[in-house]
Amino acid sequence: MNEVIAWLTNPATWQGQTGIPWRLVEHVAISAVSVLTATLIALPIGLWIGHTGRGATVAINVANIGRAIPSYAVIVIVLPFSLGFSTQFGLNLIPTFLAMVLLAVPPIMVNAYAGLQEVDRDLVEAARGMGLTERQILSGVEVPIAAPVIVGGFRTAVLNVIATATIGAVLGFGGLGRFILDGRLKGVQGTGELIGGAIIVAVLAVGVDLLLALVQRRYARRANPQLPHARAFRELAEVPLPPGVP
Amino acid sequence: MVIDWGWILDHLDDIAAAVWGHIVLTAIPLAVGFVISLGLAIWAIRKPWVYGPVTAITGVLYTIPSLAAFALLVPVFGFSMLAAFIPLTTYTLLILFRNIVAGFQGVPPEVLEAADAMGYRPRERLLRVEIPLAVPLMITGVRLAAVTLIGLATVASILGSSFGGLGQLITEGLQTFFPTKYVLGAVLSVLLAFAVDFLLVRLERAVTPWSRARAEVGKP
Amino acid sequence: MTAPATSQRAATVEFDHVTKSYDARPSSGGAPGAVNDLSLRIPAGKICVLVGPSGCGKTTSLKMVNRLIEPTSGRILLDGVDAATRDTTELRRSIGYVIQQTGLFPHQTIEDNVVTVPRLLGWTKPRMRARAEELLAVVGLEPGKYAKRYPAQLSGGERQRVGVARALAADPPIMLMDEPFGAVDPIVRERLQNEFLRLQEQLAKTILFVTHDIDEAIKMGDVVAVFETGGIVAQFAPPAEMLANPASDFVARFVGTDRGLKRLSLFRVAELPLSPVVTAPIGADGTIIRRVAAEQPFEYVLIVTADQAPIGWVHRDHLAPGAISAEQVEVTSPLLDRRTTLKDALSMLLDADVQAGLVTDRTGALRGMVTVADITALMREPDARPLDPTERAAADAEDDPGAGVAAGS
Repeated sequence: MNEVIAWLTNPATWQGQTGIPWRLVEHVAISAVSVLTATLIALPIGLWIGHTGRGATVAINVANIGRAIPSYAVIVIVLPFSLGFSTQFGLNLIPTFLAMVLLAVPPIMVNAYAGLQEVDRDLVEAARGMGLTERQILSGVEVPIAAPVIVGGFRTAVLNVIATATIGAVLGFGGLGRFILDGRLKGVQGTGELIGGAIIVAVLAVGVDLLLALVQRRYARRANPQLPHARAFRELAEVPLPPGVP
Repeated sequence: MVIDWGWILDHLDDIAAAVWGHIVLTAIPLAVGFVISLGLAIWAIRKPWVYGPVTAITGVLYTIPSLAAFALLVPVFGFSMLAAFIPLTTYTLLILFRNIVAGFQGVPPEVLEAADAMGYRPRERLLRVEIPLAVPLMITGVRLAAVTLIGLATVASILGSSFGGLGQLITEGLQTFFPTKYVLGAVLSVLLAFAVDFLLVRLERAVTPWSRARAEVGKP
Repeated sequence: MTAPATSQRAATVEFDHVTKSYDARPSSGGAPGAVNDLSLRIPAGKICVLVGPSGCGKTTSLKMVNRLIEPTSGRILLDGVDAATRDTTELRRSIGYVIQQTGLFPHQTIEDNVVTVPRLLGWTKPRMRARAEELLAVVGLEPGKYAKRYPAQLSGGERQRVGVARALAADPPIMLMDEPFGAVDPIVRERLQNEFLRLQEQLAKTILFVTHDIDEAIKMGDVVAVFETGGIVAQFAPPAEMLANPASDFVARFVGTDRGLKRLSLFRVAELPLSPVVTAPIGADGTIIRRVAAEQPFEYVLIVTADQAPIGWVHRDHLAPGAISAEQVEVTSPLLDRRTTLKDALSMLLDADVQAGLVTDRTGALRGMVTVADITALMREPDARPLDPTERAAADAEDDPGAGVAAGS
C-alpha cells in the first residue's frame, strides 16, 4: 500500500507524456474514437435489422462470434496485417484500434436489434395505421422505447474497449495499461506503479460504467415513467450481458 | 504473413501442453464460480433482497478490466495460480448468478405449487424439480462464462509466464517477434472457445431431452 | 374414464369458523382472497363446488384444506381430525390436487408424473409402473402410447387427464380441484366433465371443486357453495334447491335470470311422469279412434306402425271414417331419449315448434309423451328434487336391463 501512495504522490507520476493525465487522455481518446467508429458502423445496421426483421440470424451469429473472440487474440491476429500496412503505426496504434472497433461492433449492433425486437408490434402497427412513415416510426416510436436496451449495448461496448485499450500496452501503445506493464517490468521497484495503474484502470472502467448506467436509467424512466425506483435501481446495478444467446 | 508450419509440427507437444494448461486455467475457476453462484442464487430465490446487492457487487467485479484485476493480485499472491484463479472466478459470478436465478425464476409457479401440494419437502423440491428445470438456463450461463473465461485467461500471461495456457504462446510470440507462435495461440483460443461452446450445447441437449420434445397435439 | 379397482374411501371435510385475512385495512372491505368465518360440512363421497366471482376466497378456502395456505383462525376437520395437527407433508400426500394449469413436471415423462406421490411414498418400481398404466387407462389415455411422452407433447385436454390421474395415484380420500377444466375449449371441457362425473360415480371421493362458472357448478356439484366477495358464503345447498330458492339477491343474480331453465338441466325426461298418447295403427278405423281421442285433453292422435313405432301426429277432428294411412300425418315431433335433460327436451320442442315430444325406450317402442306444459309445470314446483346419481343409476338399470352405461363420446 505504501508503495502505491509513494508512486501516486511522486510529482513525476503526474508529468509529461508518461504521466497519468497524458496516459488517461490517450486511453479515453482512443476508446472514444473506437466506440464512435463502431457506432457509425453498427447502429444503422442494427436498427435496420430490428426494424425490418431481416437478417436476424446474421445478427445473432455476429453476437456469438464477437463473444467468443478474446480481445487479446483479436489484437495479435490483427497485428501481422497492420504490420504489413504500416511499420510505424502498425506495431502500436492500428491493431489496438482495429481490435477495439471489432469488439465494440457486436454489442451495439445486437442490442439495437434486440431492443427494437422487444417493442410491442401492436404499437408499431398502430403508428403505421395513423400514417407515420417508416422513418418516423423508427425515430418516434421504436428508438425511444428501445433506448435503454440500445444504451445497454454501448455499456458493453465501452467496457470491452476500455479493457482492450489496457491490453494494447503490450504492443507499445500508450494508455493506462502502460503503468501496469512498466511496473511489472521494473520488478519489485515497480510494485507501486503496477498496483496504482491497475487501480486507476479499474476506477476508470467502473466509473464510466456507472455513468452510462445513469444514462441508461434516464432513458428507461423516460420510456416507462411508471418504472418503480427500486427496479430502476436494480437495473442500474446490472452490467448488461450480451443478448442473443440461442 | 508467414506461418512456419515446420515449427508447429516440431512443437506439437508444447502446443498440446498449452491447450491443456488453458483448459485447467479455465475449468477450475468455472467450477468454483458455479458452486458459489449456485449458492448465491439459491439464497437469492429464498430471500429476494439478496439479488440487488449481489448483482451490484459482482457487476463491479465484472467491470474491472482483466489486466488490472490480475495486476492487483500479483503482489498479494505472487505468480501462483491463485493470482489467476481468483479474478477469473469473480468474472464468472455475475454471468452465472444471473442465469441461475433466471433459471429458477423460469420454473412455472404452478409447477412449484403442484410440487408443494403433492407433499414435496423443500429440499426434495429443490433437487428434483427446481434444479432440473433450471438446467437449460444454467448451461446457457456456463457457456457464456466459459467462452468469456477462455478469452480472459489469455491475458494472465501478459504478467507472468507461470500461468501457462495459450496466452503464454501469444506473449512469447510477441516478445520474440515470431508471428507463427502468437497467431497460433490466438487462433487456438478462439477455436477452443467454439469447441467448448459446441460441447456444452450437446451436453444441454443430452441432459434435457424433455425441452426438445416437440408439442404434437394429440388426437382427442 | 373407467374406475380403477382400488379400495374406495372418502372422508368428510368440515370448515369450522375458518377465517383468512390478508390485510388489516378496514376501509378495503376485505382483501381479495380473504375468507370470513366459513363454516361448511361436506359429506364423504360428494362433490362440493365452491363458486363465486374472482377474489371471493374460493381458491383460498380450497388451499387451506391441504395447508398451502394456513387459516388465520378456525379449524378444518378431515374425518373429524384437525388438519393443523397433522404433518403438512403427510397431509398433502393424502390429498389429490388438480389445477387449471395442470402443474405437470415438464422434465418428467407422463408415467413419472402420474406416480409422483407414490414415488414420494417409496413404492417399488414395478408397483409404480403398474399403477401408472392402470391410471392412464382410467383417464382414457392409452398407456403404451402416452407413458413415455413428455407433457409438452400432449394437447391441453390430454394434459388435464394426466393431472387427474396424478391426483388419483395414491388413492386419496379427498381431492381438491381448482378450475380443473378451465383451460380447455368448451367441447373438450364438456367431455372431461362427463367422464369425470362417471368416474366419480364409482370412486366416490370427497371432492372440493372450485370454478367461477355457474353452469359448471350446477352440473358438477352434489352441493354448491356460492361465495360472495369478502369470503362469505351466500348459500350452501344442492343445485336444484339453490336454483328454486336463491337465498339472496346476490345468489339470484349470480345464478342468472335463466335459473328456471338451468334447473331444468338437472332433471331428466325419465324423472317426469309421462302423459299417455292416443295411438292409431295404420289401417285402423278413423271413426273409432276419433271417438277415443275426443275424451282426452290432448287433441292430437299419433299414427304408429304395426310395431308401435311412431310416425307422426294428426288432429283428431281431421280423422275421417275409413282406414288410417301414413299420408294423413300433419306434424312430426322429436324423439326424446329418457336420459335427455328437460332443458334440452324443452329446447328440442321449441325448435320443432310442437307441444309434445315422444319418449321411446331402447327398442324404439313408444313409452309416452312429454308436453311443454308438463315441463313448465315442473319449473313452477320449487320442492321438486332431481334423482341423485345412485338413484339415477338404479333407474337406468331398471330401464334397460343388460345395457351398460353409455360409452364416452
